[in-house]
Amino acid sequence: MYKLKLATRYFLRRPISILAVAAVALSVFIVVVVMTVMNGLVNEFRHKNHAFVGDCIISTDSLVGFPYYEEFVAELKQLEAVEAVSATIRSFGLLTQPGATWNMGIEIMGVDPVDHAGATGFEDTLYYHRNTPQTAFVPPYHPAALGCIVGIDMMPQSRTPTGDYYHPEEPRQFELIISCFPLTIKGATGDELGMVNTKNFFYSDDSHSGLVKVDGNMIYIPFEYAQLMCGMKDPVPRASALHVRFVNTEALEQNCAAVRTLWNNFVEQKKDAPYANLLNNVRVETWIVNRRSHIAPMEKEQTMLILLFLMLGLITVFVIFVVFYMIVSHKSKDIGILRSIGVSSMGVVQVFVCFAALVGIVGAAIGGAAACGLLVYVNDLEDWLFAKYNWQLWDRSVYAIGDIPNNIEPHVVGLIILSAVAASILGALPPSVQATRKRPVEILQVNQL
Amino acid sequence: MTAILKAANLHKSYRMGQARLDVLKGLDLTVARGEFVAIVGASGSGKSTLLHILGGLDKPDTGHVEFNGRRVDRFGPGQLNRFRNRKVGFVFQFYHLLDELNVLDNVLLPAMAAVGTLGWLARRPSARKRAAELLEQVGLAERIGHKPYQLSGGERQRVAIARALMNDPELLLADEPTGNLDSKTGNGILEILENLNRRGQTIVMVTHDDRMAAKANRTIRLADGRIV
Repeated sequence: MYKLKLATRYFLRRPISILAVAAVALSVFIVVVVMTVMNGLVNEFRHKNHAFVGDCIISTDSLVGFPYYEEFVAELKQLEAVEAVSATIRSFGLLTQPGATWNMGIEIMGVDPVDHAGATGFEDTLYYHRNTPQTAFVPPYHPAALGCIVGIDMMPQSRTPTGDYYHPEEPRQFELIISCFPLTIKGATGDELGMVNTKNFFYSDDSHSGLVKVDGNMIYIPFEYAQLMCGMKDPVPRASALHVRFVNTEALEQNCAAVRTLWNNFVEQKKDAPYANLLNNVRVETWIVNRRSHIAPMEKEQTMLILLFLMLGLITVFVIFVVFYMIVSHKSKDIGILRSIGVSSMGVVQVFVCFAALVGIVGAAIGGAAACGLLVYVNDLEDWLFAKYNWQLWDRSVYAIGDIPNNIEPHVVGLIILSAVAASILGALPPSVQATRKRPVEILQVNQL
Repeated sequence: MTAILKAANLHKSYRMGQARLDVLKGLDLTVARGEFVAIVGASGSGKSTLLHILGGLDKPDTGHVEFNGRRVDRFGPGQLNRFRNRKVGFVFQFYHLLDELNVLDNVLLPAMAAVGTLGWLARRPSARKRAAELLEQVGLAERIGHKPYQLSGGERQRVAIARALMNDPELLLADEPTGNLDSKTGNGILEILENLNRRGQTIVMVTHDDRMAAKANRTIRLADGRIV
């Protein structure tokens, strides 16, 4: 009982404990804010990549695609684990407008909007057709014309300085000319074969996936037109990828392995079919593996930040160590008194451990609460700073990231607070143990007071 | 009367730089239960060192101390802590109260140290009663809520005596208990010790003041590390 009583009194009566509390609070505050923002950025980025790909993807890097996809889609849909499948065409093209002198290289994705909305998060990226993907390629101002969906960052002057995208009530009316580079099934250029490679499309919607390369460079067109324009219709219809959504995303690896087995069996069955060699270039991957090259750098940054903040934790331990070294030095008389009335060395150490724990708990609580407070209002605060002083963390008209991620994860905050308390105790242990090694009579001698 | 404390052939020396300072040189001492013994001697004669060894705060280089027939040097760390907590009460020249605690908590400290948190919850009412009685005995019943810095030197020493008596120790060791007080206040403290002794408390007091020593049943004079 004396341990808690003395620790509380030391805590309340020593001004230096305010310094220790401030050090812990500051460290916890910084770590919680940075970890929350960084975790938020990584999780958001992972979520966007997941939404773009679906749970599993069967794809080839070849620009001529792979055949017999329709048969495989039919087999895939027989699997209980599969909820939806979307075949897509991916290729490159050239974009211009009627009468314009400019052109730009783009990525083309041919999709069936309903299938693609079922297998991926495509529907949520649309603005005008969020709940009506079946008409995504129908421009409201010209229903008979062929529509296209443009990556949102390709739209001119679409973004306000605060990061919001500007959308008029009705889609803007403009026409785009897309040219593709059709290849024969063997990979030769298809011009000599008289393949269709240029077509006019009308803007029907835009897509905001949150992925910079996709939103800034990709145009979605109907699957059958993409297939035609890329030379993948004849002599046998082909696709670039099959996006799959599973019923249960928890068993991702297991479900993906089942799809891989099905694919391998399918390839075996088709080994003697024409153009079966194109099936050999196909990979079956989870979205995590497929988007690894995009996500990994961000995860590495996150790991580096965690390491940097572990170092910050070490600095906190050192600050607590210095503070407690000073406190214990000033309290050597008390240690002598406690030993003279029969308190054990361990009992004395426990007094200072309790003291350190109090410093840690109060400091971590203050730091954690301040961090959560800031995170809850961080976007409002940034908006206010932008409105008042024209200052923001990053230029929203340039970067794809919108709001500052502020989703507080209780287990992360809890872990940081526990670590701070442990760090405080760790910092207080060496000076406390060192102090109790002295003989009580040494401390209590008059000439040492 | 039976002997409560026996010291046999105590030697103690300290190293001061290159030199060795022999403080106790083969000292023998017996204290009977209920006795009030004063140890007197000049400064540096080894009085305080002897008192610390008798109370288990320090160890002799050679020789040993027996308390109720049990050798203190054979106590393990836990036994030694219990010995200092329950069998012996210390009163120091400079009071050695904890500044952060009030008078009552300072007195209660040995009782709190004797038990764990749960044990203390059970013992708290009786301990508070005893602490209040002790403070009343030393004339500080009205000052239990005060902090040590709000008390005079004499009052602080009386709190120190009450704390030393909290666990009802068999032996009270007082190291120059009046050394830091004026004559009148010192007499008051001595009176308290005399009263305690009259009620059967064994006391060993170190002092350099012969006038104070005269109040004890027996005076032991130390010179050059030996009893003379």
